[in-house]
Amino acid sequence: MQDRLQALKEEALLKIQQANELKELQEIKVSYLGKKGPITEVLKGMGKLSPEERPVIGAYANEVRDAITAALDAKIRQLEQAAIEEKLNKEAIDVTLPGRPVRKGNSHPLTAVIEEIEDLFLTMGFTVAEGPEVETDYYNFEALNLPKGHPARDMQDSFFITEDILLRTQTSPVQARTMEKHHGRGPVKIISPGKVYRRDDDDATHSHQFMQIEGLVVDENVRLSDLKGVLETFAKKMFGEDRKIRLRPSFFPFTEPSVEMDISCFKCGGKGCSICKHTGWIEILGAGMVHPNVLEMAGFDSKKYTGFAFGMGPERIAMLKYGIDDIRHFYTNDLRFLKQFKKA
Amino acid sequence: MLVSYNWLKEYVNIDITAAELGEKITKSGIEVEIVESLNKGITGVIVGHVLECVQHPNADKLRVCKVDIGAEEPVQIVCGAPNVAAGQKVPVAQVGAVLPGNFKIKKAKLRGEASHGMICSLTELGVDTKLVPKEYSAGIFVMPSDAQVGSDALSYLNLDDYVLELGLTPNRADCLNMIGVAYEVAAILNEELRLPEVPLEHTGEKASDYISVKVDATEDNPYYGAMLIKNVSIGPSPLWMQNRLIAAGIRPINNVVDITNYVLLEYGQPLHAFDYDRFGSREVVVRRAKDGEEIVTLDDTERKLNSSHLVITNGEVPVAVAGVMGGATSEVQEDTTTVLLEAAYFEGQRVRAASKDLGLRSEASARYEKGIDRNRVYEAARRAASLMAQYAGGEVAEGIVEDGERSVSEGTAEVTRTRINSLLGTAIENEQISEIFTRLRFPFEVQGETFKVTVPARRPDITIDADLVEEVGRIYGYDRIPTTYLVTESRPGGLSPYQAARRKVMRYLEGAGLYQAVTYALTTPEKATSFSFVKEQQENIQTISVSHPMSEERSTLRSTLIPQLLEVVRHNHHRSLDDVGVFEISSVFFTIEQPISVLPEEKTYLSGALTGLWNIHPWQGEKKRTDFFVVKGILEGLFEELGLRSRISFESESLKGMHPGRTAVIKLDSITIGLIGQIHPGTQKEWDLNETYVFEMDLDQLIQTIVEPTVYQTLPRFPSITRDIALVVDKNLPAGDLNTVIHEAGGALLKESSLFDLYEGEHMEEGKKSLAFSLKYFDPERTLTDEEVTKAHENILRNLEERFGAELRK
Ligand SMILES: [Zn+2]
Repeated sequence: MQDRLQALKEEALLKIQQANELKELQEIKVSYLGKKGPITEVLKGMGKLSPEERPVIGAYANEVRDAITAALDAKIRQLEQAAIEEKLNKEAIDVTLPGRPVRKGNSHPLTAVIEEIEDLFLTMGFTVAEGPEVETDYYNFEALNLPKGHPARDMQDSFFITEDILLRTQTSPVQARTMEKHHGRGPVKIISPGKVYRRDDDDATHSHQFMQIEGLVVDENVRLSDLKGVLETFAKKMFGEDRKIRLRPSFFPFTEPSVEMDISCFKCGGKGCSICKHTGWIEILGAGMVHPNVLEMAGFDSKKYTGFAFGMGPERIAMLKYGIDDIRHFYTNDLRFLKQFKKA
Repeated sequence: MLVSYNWLKEYVNIDITAAELGEKITKSGIEVEIVESLNKGITGVIVGHVLECVQHPNADKLRVCKVDIGAEEPVQIVCGAPNVAAGQKVPVAQVGAVLPGNFKIKKAKLRGEASHGMICSLTELGVDTKLVPKEYSAGIFVMPSDAQVGSDALSYLNLDDYVLELGLTPNRADCLNMIGVAYEVAAILNEELRLPEVPLEHTGEKASDYISVKVDATEDNPYYGAMLIKNVSIGPSPLWMQNRLIAAGIRPINNVVDITNYVLLEYGQPLHAFDYDRFGSREVVVRRAKDGEEIVTLDDTERKLNSSHLVITNGEVPVAVAGVMGGATSEVQEDTTTVLLEAAYFEGQRVRAASKDLGLRSEASARYEKGIDRNRVYEAARRAASLMAQYAGGEVAEGIVEDGERSVSEGTAEVTRTRINSLLGTAIENEQISEIFTRLRFPFEVQGETFKVTVPARRPDITIDADLVEEVGRIYGYDRIPTTYLVTESRPGGLSPYQAARRKVMRYLEGAGLYQAVTYALTTPEKATSFSFVKEQQENIQTISVSHPMSEERSTLRSTLIPQLLEVVRHNHHRSLDDVGVFEISSVFFTIEQPISVLPEEKTYLSGALTGLWNIHPWQGEKKRTDFFVVKGILEGLFEELGLRSRISFESESLKGMHPGRTAVIKLDSITIGLIGQIHPGTQKEWDLNETYVFEMDLDQLIQTIVEPTVYQTLPRFPSITRDIALVVDKNLPAGDLNTVIHEAGGALLKESSLFDLYEGEHMEEGKKSLAFSLKYFDPERTLTDEEVTKAHENILRNLEERFGAELRK
């Protein structure tokens, strides 16, 4: 009987080995291990054996069953694995094909520059102040020490609507309005961005509409040296840690003393190149100590309070930062232009 | 102001180069925009003496000259200039010389005659044609007879000079003349200052025997002085004077005119020379012009005057527009022998009025407008008279005939050392401050730490202590001011809720696929009001226009952003960029009055324009065109961001410029705050666009609306039950109306209803459509029974049937 079982085992293992499909294995399982299978048949004749032989044959028969079952299981796993692999093979994709695009726009470069400047000053405790684009002559000029007939009004040829109402030529009227609201009590710490308008012919470097961003600090004991500190922080954050700044005396009717700030050229580092017109310095902004007349007109005691103000052009900064050659691009909104500022 | 470096050296010792000087001046407060070399790349040009000059045998227009250039033998040069003649001293470019534009002079043969060099015109030497004196404009330049043969011609012609172009701010009109610049440079360099000496001899006759002066408009003309110079002979001015005028950008004319211009540049004092014999009378009367009065000016143009202009008259008719331009009849001419010299102080505003009205701006009017030094008027007149005696052979009659005060007292200002240091953040000592005022040549007294400063009349910009602080600071050096950090009360900065919300809106729209645009606020009157979501407003909206626009295209403030966004779409369309999605946040302007007397109402609008393909994913075959619902979806997402979704509704509306069937107004609660829709195909064609969708909303209303704070809802512990219904309704019944009734009738149990199908095709009865909704019922406290849901569901169906005649679709 043992020989018979031995032969059955070898026969079954061979069939299992040769099988290529799960179905075949199923059939092998049924035919060898089933209730009507040959092993069961063989075991039915166990009664004829001696009591000594019986456990030996029984144990051997179980061994054969286990061997066949194990072989079947192994083969099934093998075939299943192969089937999965084949399926995965078929599912393979070309990972280099383009992904499904997510439609995404971006900010206008001028907004990006303004927000960057705003954020920098927000961290220094400033708030953002805004005001109307159509202004009275008083806030746009007179409150800023530019009485009617002042020659410096010529610096800003204006779009008047009536004799007394005009499109603001600067964001400084926001400073005058904000100071007024403080009723002579400091500190005032604001940054004011916005659109301004001047009667200029549009060309590569001029625009009848452009942006400005101005800052104002009024408090006791504010000094020109503090302005220098604030501007230095600004220049380094905006244009790189190794920037140096230079203040030059200048003139604005609403500040005294007035300065212009240059930064060391970020392109050539000061050696001289086309961006800095071979001077090593780039003019960035105008600033100064708030003129006593401006403080007094807004209700501040100019003996007690001093302050500084600064103003710059986001267009100029964006043009320098990105190397943009024509100011009109900002207002034409060509998609090929706008799309370049995704990470701005 | 153009400043000749060589000329400046006459007043101040300068040991540094022109470029270095420019840098120093810039750092001290006056921006030197350009330091320009007058030598435009010339080498090898020397003085030659024309020994012989004969007609070229083969060419009518050429001459063959023998020229002594200081070499052993004279050289032969063929010259085409009509004014070349034997005996002249001329600039010669030798063989091997280089002229501007890297033009190299070589040996040449011209129509068979050898030519060893070139006799030069001023233009060929790099002088601007506009500045070349008339007599040399068509030919070579003739140098003075004492020029030394063989020596460098450039120094004779002042072409070895540099010109510093000053960018003067309005407060520094004192540097609109050489003496003013000399004061500034002497202070910066801490050097001595040498002012011109003015020797003046008199003939013994008195000017007052020839002329009287009367000013009838003393406010406009506080001082008028007249001098008389007899027996002048008109001719060219000396070469050095011509050179300096050319360097300053003024064309030499003749000695008398050149001298008035020279003194203008030197002293900043405009002068006018009349031909005394053509003046028409013996009296000068200054008055306002009469309305309609006329004068023919120097440029032979007849000018109409009005009473805002100041004129010089001969007692009867105007002979000059004060400070602007002289009249043609009394102009100095070649045969002039007696010069009536005017030196006056005119008020800037008066001069500005005339120069603006007549469209005449000159070196003189610019100086009057910016303010001249009152105390230098007389000095300048003497300087001019002295030069006319010296260089025009004139004889000066004694005295100046004048009306008004010749000089005014100088101003004073005070500043303390403490004020200086507390404003600058420095620790400057008394001695340093004293030294700075000395260098500036401001007389002063010190009392303790107080400086009482007498401000010279040349610096009217200095009136208060802060002005003196700036003077001290800029001469001390801004680079020596320390860097300190603000010490102010510490308060948190930050954006206002409005500003933060506006940024949120921008970020959302950018994330939703739109690019931010920035466009011009000024447009045409038509475009300014061409769209509006307030229907009533469209008819009676008032425009706000600027009084002197640069063009019709930029004349009127907009009340809608849509036209400029359509321009953006069109700009891109014309460049084959047809898939566009842009938005803008900008101010719009409204008024109800005409003309405005108060500031217009300014609102912030959020608008957008979209066209072309919205989604493109070509290799998977996906393409989605922008349509109404793409735009609506973007806006719904925005309303959700802002917590307003449930309070917003869209109502079909027909608005100007918009597609009547594809436009809605957007309502927040019951207030119309915007529009959304397709541009009317007619408008679209006019604008040359593809199918384009727009939206426009009042951003202020949108982000200033108070929103309930978010309250957390516990997650459901009981299942919800979903039932679908398909309804047949009239084709023009808005789905939104059905939805409203579904919610009303569904009661508390109905949590959600969403439209999932719209069918209008075949098998539908004419004029009908089918809409299918998925309705979700839910009770947070318990599991709903079938009966409860059925009851609610049937109630909905009954209501829909009653209200809209809706039937269940079979
Ligand atoms: Zn550079």
